[in-house]
Amino acid sequence: MTDFAGSQYAIEIIYLIASALFILSLKWMSSPATARHGIWAGEIGMVLAIAGTLLRHGIVDWKWIIIALVLGSGIGIPLGMVQMTAVPQRTALSHAFGALCVTLVGTAEFYLRTPTVPRFMMSVLSMEVILGSLTFTGSLMAAGKLQEILPQRPITYKGQNVVNLGMLAIAVATAVYLVLHPEAKQFFPVMVAIPLVFGVFMVIPIGGADMPTVISLLNSYAGLSAAAMGFVLDSKLLIIAGALDGSSGLILSVIMSKAMNRSFTNVLFGAFGQVQTAAAGAQEAKPVHSATPEESAAILAAANKVVIVPGYGMAVAQAQHKVRELYDLLTKKGVEVRFAIHPVAGRMPGHMNVLLAEADIPYDRLIEMDEINGDFPQTDVALVIGANDVTNPAARTDASSPIYGMPILDVDKAHTVMVIKRGMSPGFAGIDNPLYYLPNTLMLFGDAKQFVGAIVRELSGGH
Amino acid sequence: MASNLIDALFIFMLACFIGFEVIRHVSPLLHTPLMSLTNALDAIAVVGAIVLVGERKSTFATVLGFIAIVAATSNVVGGFLITDRMLKMFKSSRPVKK
Repeated sequence: MTDFAGSQYAIEIIYLIASALFILSLKWMSSPATARHGIWAGEIGMVLAIAGTLLRHGIVDWKWIIIALVLGSGIGIPLGMVQMTAVPQRTALSHAFGALCVTLVGTAEFYLRTPTVPRFMMSVLSMEVILGSLTFTGSLMAAGKLQEILPQRPITYKGQNVVNLGMLAIAVATAVYLVLHPEAKQFFPVMVAIPLVFGVFMVIPIGGADMPTVISLLNSYAGLSAAAMGFVLDSKLLIIAGALDGSSGLILSVIMSKAMNRSFTNVLFGAFGQVQTAAAGAQEAKPVHSATPEESAAILAAANKVVIVPGYGMAVAQAQHKVRELYDLLTKKGVEVRFAIHPVAGRMPGHMNVLLAEADIPYDRLIEMDEINGDFPQTDVALVIGANDVTNPAARTDASSPIYGMPILDVDKAHTVMVIKRGMSPGFAGIDNPLYYLPNTLMLFGDAKQFVGAIVRELSGGH
Repeated sequence: MASNLIDALFIFMLACFIGFEVIRHVSPLLHTPLMSLTNALDAIAVVGAIVLVGERKSTFATVLGFIAIVAATSNVVGGFLITDRMLKMFKSSRPVKK
């Protein structure tokens, strides 16, 4: 018995070290210079924790554990090797996997413990299972939308919020009943099934541009459900890891919704869909100035300071490598080129940074919104590639605009604004962008990749 | 049991504060790798699944635990792998100035 207690202590110490490594891992993520140490710390912590668990006294069957570990690694490797443009959907998918694991473990724990489950344990177990299952289907939906298997536009219908809140209420009521009567195991499947459906319905009304907030929120839920699982299993390591993940997701969602000037409830319950029809109707033909690649190249070559504003359109057109060529050519000509990154540009937090880093653009050229906004009046050319709503000056000036109050990149203050865009159709939010009609704006109509490519040819040929 | 529970709540509270403090300092530049890293760390839930399968208490629990291990391990492996690939791409312009 003393031997058992001894090994038990050893395992707890291993978990303690793993917890410290996890915290360090996140701490080192604060700067790109130390971030890769963070991965090592995380990996070592993870290996220690898994090894420690395998040493536990109660473990009698290793065969299936090993098979599952190998199988999981086999699935994980291709998921870790996806293209950088597929990172948002991969992230959503991994939230789904994490939530699946938590839900399954919670379910198994319930059936092992029923009919006598202490009330507190049943409460956290319910939280674990409800959060886990809604995150599972919600994340699958998000991944489907991002992969464009499912339609990206928000789908709304009358009474949507009532239906959604109703479902959530039923799930919570079931949980309360189970806390009071843990022997009523026939109700447990209800508590799993309803959040599964809720997860689908929750993401249906959410459109592509709101994905950064939703992914962050799902990240937070996945973390919180893991922390709840830590309470159920009395695992401090799991509580800590879950709390870290949960707070990380929460911080990111707060940053994202601030960057869109919207509250959580607004993102989750107030799809932009309703606003769209009204705004789209107000559209009329106004004169715009357009320019050819030759003209654009000449303007860029004559500039001293250029700020490139990338958006989701750049990712869709896969234009980042062409943008990199443009960056190289202009830098060689002595033009100062920087990139202005709006927090919600793209489909997940930090999406643009990863794409541009993949294209070998140094990270010290990628400037956050607050930092670069003051520089636009001194900027010769602001080149907007595939971004729309985040550059819409109506957010600053037009109190009737649905995006009024949202922080934007002040590209309109640059001497010349060039916007690469396929056509005049409004962006995701369906809001007309007055930027396009300004006298200092030039519209460059075409596919982002081809247009940037044409500018690059012009610049390199004309030299 | 009750003291365990209170301990656990304290740990949760402290870990949340540490999480907020640490993550607040993460550069927005690295928000995507941050999310994939926290995802990999979160997959420590695999520990619970391993115990479930290893203790072989019921077939039902073992089957669920098996799927849970597969799901979580794919997050561990995939999460660390892609985070590493992403971070490798972030280069400063200073050391490679040509």
